[in-house]
Amino acid sequence: MNLRHVERSTWIYLAFALVLFIVPFLVTGRSMQFIIIQIFIFGIFAMSYDLLLGYTGIISFGHVMFFGIGAYSTGIIMDRMEPTIPNMLLSVLVAFIIAGIVSFIVGILTLRLKSHFYAMLTLALAGLFLVAAEKWRDVTGGYDGFTFRVPDILRESQNLYFLSLVSLVLIFFGLRRLTKSPFGRVLMSIRENEQRTESLGYKVLHYKVIASVVSGVIASFAGVLYIISIRFVNTDVFATDLTIDVLLMTIIGGVGTLIGPIIGAGLIEFAHHWLSSLSDVHWIFERWIILYGTVYILVVIFFPLGIVGTIRAKFLGSSAKKGLKDNQKSEAI
Amino acid sequence: MNSLLNLNQVAANIGQYHILHDISFEVPSGGVTVLLGRNGAGKTTTLRTIMGLNPASKGSITFKNEEISRLKPHIIANRGIGYVPEDQGIFGDLTVGENIRVAMKKEDEGTTKRMEWVLELFPDLKKFWKKPGGQLSGGQKQMLAIARAYVNENELLLIDEPSKGLAPIIVEKVMDSINQMKEKTTILLVEQNFMMASKIGDQFYIIDDGQTIHNGQMEELKEDKVLMKKYLGIS
Repeated sequence: MNLRHVERSTWIYLAFALVLFIVPFLVTGRSMQFIIIQIFIFGIFAMSYDLLLGYTGIISFGHVMFFGIGAYSTGIIMDRMEPTIPNMLLSVLVAFIIAGIVSFIVGILTLRLKSHFYAMLTLALAGLFLVAAEKWRDVTGGYDGFTFRVPDILRESQNLYFLSLVSLVLIFFGLRRLTKSPFGRVLMSIRENEQRTESLGYKVLHYKVIASVVSGVIASFAGVLYIISIRFVNTDVFATDLTIDVLLMTIIGGVGTLIGPIIGAGLIEFAHHWLSSLSDVHWIFERWIILYGTVYILVVIFFPLGIVGTIRAKFLGSSAKKGLKDNQKSEAI
Repeated sequence: MNSLLNLNQVAANIGQYHILHDISFEVPSGGVTVLLGRNGAGKTTTLRTIMGLNPASKGSITFKNEEISRLKPHIIANRGIGYVPEDQGIFGDLTVGENIRVAMKKEDEGTTKRMEWVLELFPDLKKFWKKPGGQLSGGQKQMLAIARAYVNENELLLIDEPSKGLAPIIVEKVMDSINQMKEKTTILLVEQNFMMASKIGDQFYIIDDGQTIHNGQMEELKEDKVLMKKYLGIS
């Protein structure tokens, strides 16, 4: 591999990842480490959603079902079996297989539909999973849920931090590679114009289903990590609120950027934490969700393409002006 | 001359409207066949029907003697038909390079050579290789759309109104490029600009109210003032 061909942005991301590896030695407080772990986990979840929304143009309101599948797969296996690393890996494998099969079937059956019909159907399917988890109490424990043990090594906050960070970095670079590959170009062309992509010779449904399966499997992995971090599972892992959170993370950070959803996850997790902890300062902060909504409205007004998208557009904007001048020159010639 | 594409009594609807009633024509292998007609005559719908984007409700469409009228657009495209739509269909957020690469079904020696050739034909595309397609001028978008259809070894290119909305100097450039391409592939062209059509077309079909009503060699049409006035409104 010729290092000269590595993009400058790759070095920046790697440098940033290295800095994050040092953080747990500087930030030793468990609660702050826990928040950062949550950011990594929701960053993974939001990136999986970005592959659907940002790169393929698929709007899903039921993405949480894959997160929930991952969470319950690990929760149930860890509860019923010894909390060892091999069993945990088995639970990850089970989560991947179930999420892969469900996303494949859902994709094949529903991705032929137009965007809003698809969005509504996924919402209904996620609701179905939620109801099934509530009713199947023998296995899921219903809304009350159950606690379980995890391998000892993962009880240590720092180890969980590194596991989440390594997962985030690997998934980020993996997805980045995927979206810059010929496959990723086809996904983006589907997002831009489905019919045109089809008349270039691509079977659009195949590509959408593959994107849906990859996205579903990654979301299930986020569910696995989340449930390991809290060591408790209940039907909240199928709640629509989580889909809305991940949608906001992606939109606020910048759709179709991969790094944006991670930044969005960071902002939302910190907003959750800080705004709710300000309730001691003033009663208005007890209603932190109002402030959260206000922040969201402000971000949408001032960063219509999301934070990363807007910053990129500003940079592109200046090069676009230069490009326009070049165009005018070449057309005059 | 061998017929590459053959339409026989093709009819097609858009929603509840019957747009094509009886379209029949042949596109011989090699050269440029032009579909002429007034606005709303059904020329664009004819190309979309060939591509499978508007399914034919009646009749037959054969390409290299194989029926394609019931096939999906991606299968038709993979059989060797490239399509340049009226709106150019550029992927605005993808760069010029990505727009071309996404159209290349495989990156082998053949397609790379074709890409190099088309980039020599349209040097602007090389110049703006990393620029998003949406930021190109109208003429550059048209060049990109044609380049994208050409990079694969398509035996037939369907080009819909390449001169639409372009400045005369750019129209000349596009016309010149199609003239060079016709040496390498067969072209079915829909064009309102008669001057352009007459300069690059070899044979023509006139479509009126969803039916093919006349055909012949382009040289003959240039002499037939009555026909031109009657069906094309050119005096």
